[in-house]
Amino acid sequence: MAETQEILEGAMAVAHAVARCRPEVIAAYPITPQTHISEELSQIVADGDLDAEFVKVESEFGAASVVCGASAAGARTYTATSSQGLLLMNEVLWNIAGMRLPVVLACANRSLSAPLSIWCDHQDAEAIRDCGVIQLYAEDNQEACDQHLIAFKVAEDRRVLLPAMVNLDGFLLTHVFEPTIIPDQALSDQYLPPYKAVLKLDIDDPATFGAFTEPDKCMEGRWMVHDACRRSLPVIEEASAEFEKVFGRASGGLLENYKTDDAETILVAKGSISGTIKDVIDEMRDEGTKVGLMRIKTYRPWPGEAVLAALKGAKQVAVIERGGSFGAGGIMTPEVKETLYDAGLRIPVSGFCVQLGGREVPPDGIREIIDRVSSGEKQTAYEYFRLKQELLPDLVPEV
Amino acid sequence: MASPVPFDYSDRVLKPGYTSCLGCGEALAMRIVAQTVGPKAVYTNCTGCSEIFTSRYPTSSWSAPWIHSLFENSAAIASGVYYALKHKGKLEGQKVIAMGGDGGTADIGLQCLSGAAERGDDFLYCCWDNEAYMNTGIQRSSLTPLDASTTTSPSGKVSWGNDRPKKDMPAIMAAHNIPYVGVGSCGYYRELPRMVKKALSYEGPKYLQVHAVCPLGWRSDPARTCDLARLAFETGCYPLYEIIEGTTTPHKPPKEGWKPVQEYLKPQGRFRHLFRSADGEQRITRIQAQAAANIRKFYGDDAVPDFAKEAEKKAKEMTTAQA
Repeated sequence: MAETQEILEGAMAVAHAVARCRPEVIAAYPITPQTHISEELSQIVADGDLDAEFVKVESEFGAASVVCGASAAGARTYTATSSQGLLLMNEVLWNIAGMRLPVVLACANRSLSAPLSIWCDHQDAEAIRDCGVIQLYAEDNQEACDQHLIAFKVAEDRRVLLPAMVNLDGFLLTHVFEPTIIPDQALSDQYLPPYKAVLKLDIDDPATFGAFTEPDKCMEGRWMVHDACRRSLPVIEEASAEFEKVFGRASGGLLENYKTDDAETILVAKGSISGTIKDVIDEMRDEGTKVGLMRIKTYRPWPGEAVLAALKGAKQVAVIERGGSFGAGGIMTPEVKETLYDAGLRIPVSGFCVQLGGREVPPDGIREIIDRVSSGEKQTAYEYFRLKQELLPDLVPEV
Repeated sequence: MASPVPFDYSDRVLKPGYTSCLGCGEALAMRIVAQTVGPKAVYTNCTGCSEIFTSRYPTSSWSAPWIHSLFENSAAIASGVYYALKHKGKLEGQKVIAMGGDGGTADIGLQCLSGAAERGDDFLYCCWDNEAYMNTGIQRSSLTPLDASTTTSPSGKVSWGNDRPKKDMPAIMAAHNIPYVGVGSCGYYRELPRMVKKALSYEGPKYLQVHAVCPLGWRSDPARTCDLARLAFETGCYPLYEIIEGTTTPHKPPKEGWKPVQEYLKPQGRFRHLFRSADGEQRITRIQAQAAANIRKFYGDDAVPDFAKEAEKKAKEMTTAQA
């Protein structure tokens, strides 16, 4: 059956894509800008179009715990959240990864308080970066939909068995209407067969989940999470290739390399800002500037080899971030540096926090960054781009 | 060499060999509850003593499916298990049992438990109430009784220990209009199977709180665990009752009449500071007055013994004098 494009709001489209994955237990708690995903899913369940338990939990902590328990009992599970909600889930997410449960969740990326902001940046997802949850990032709504199918496929793979999170920029994707294809049900069923747990809470085959370990054993248990996450890299590539084969769209993968082959300056970014960056690149290419974009689609596990392959020919690299490590530098910037350093490369890497709390990044901002790094400007510290000095108190010296 | 005693543990849900302390009231209660429920159940456990002493990797005392996730989410994990089994049509002949200590239940886990109870999720929640955070080293919880000395509510020159009475956790659960709330005791362990069976005869959320003596935390004789638990009831300090579909039925009153609270308090190190001065005696009077109120609440004014009424009067005078 041919799939057709419809004009849909991002969150709505994601909800319908999730329904095509046939989750059995969904638990979610309201938070902007995720709410439309869980609202639409509850409507789909209420209309009888998806046979699932929609658990109306009392918090995101409860949501994560309910899907943890349900996944341990062998069900395919899903939750969605944003910002503070993701941080409230934090403790459970580490536990879910440790118990190797293939929960899938969406994060409609949003800033963290204080100051309170409901708008987009990546601080929420980056705050749980190290917990063992696979993190995929979408550039547009079609990817956000498709990456959910890939997320389930990878998470439930016996070689992986880890939670996976699809990141889509809050408002910039969740609330934007785009022509989107909802994956066809028959194709989805073909791509994603019913989940069969390797080990579950089963009265006929009892197992103990979440035992305690002493120092002589704990480290190996934690290492296995690291190892499984690392080993998911080829599985993500495999699942992405299979997705393309079944659906005819390349929504998955580790990276997207946009005009990087001969590029002297390569930008690194993830999420919806890549659209703006590509437009600027097209303009500047016409003007003769050799610039490209390496877009991170899989952030955890860190696709080090692919990153190296994409960046090794560059003269300079600029990492465009939507977060930072307060008191240190960027989040993704040091990871890019580490990858290059370990390969013996000394390509200058500059890091820019271009946007926190939903501030717009107009094309001229991207152009300014490209111009500056292309001109050989050496960066001394991670830069919070275009800070409004007039809003800063007098006590703070110029940054 | 064959054991001289023909032990047979083959049908035990909670197998022997777990590493609880001597005289642990929680282990006793948990073993009996699990044995009553049987192996056809999924058990969820808060972080705490019982989780530690039954699941030391690579061993496990659990012959039934069991999961420990975190400190505060035993109820939410049980909810998840319940919904998964419901969806798969596997609830027939299978139960879900959530367990936790008093801290994991009444403090850090209260939100998850309230959420599950409000949603009507079908499982039995068991709170092993040993009246403090024992696993972390005897810190005060909201179920620590008045004047008990713990490591975070120590008695001292200007302190009588824990300065608040116990939170009325069974009332909180009853306020969720759930079909069964039971308060039992490890001292009346023979009644636990009846209570569990009663609870499991109802669909929906059930709450069972079991008073569980902790010889380590209470600084009591491990050999006197059951004896002490019974004294908690017989002095009116820890009322035992069931609230079934809204109707409260108290445990039958003690055969030999209600006893003075000193009989319960004195054998415990956590109350030792109350027995060292005249001021301490006044504090005991307040505890006695509280016990009198407990007895009156469940058995009527006629049931309150004279010595308890006398203590109430004195306590009232003290409060008035203070004001």
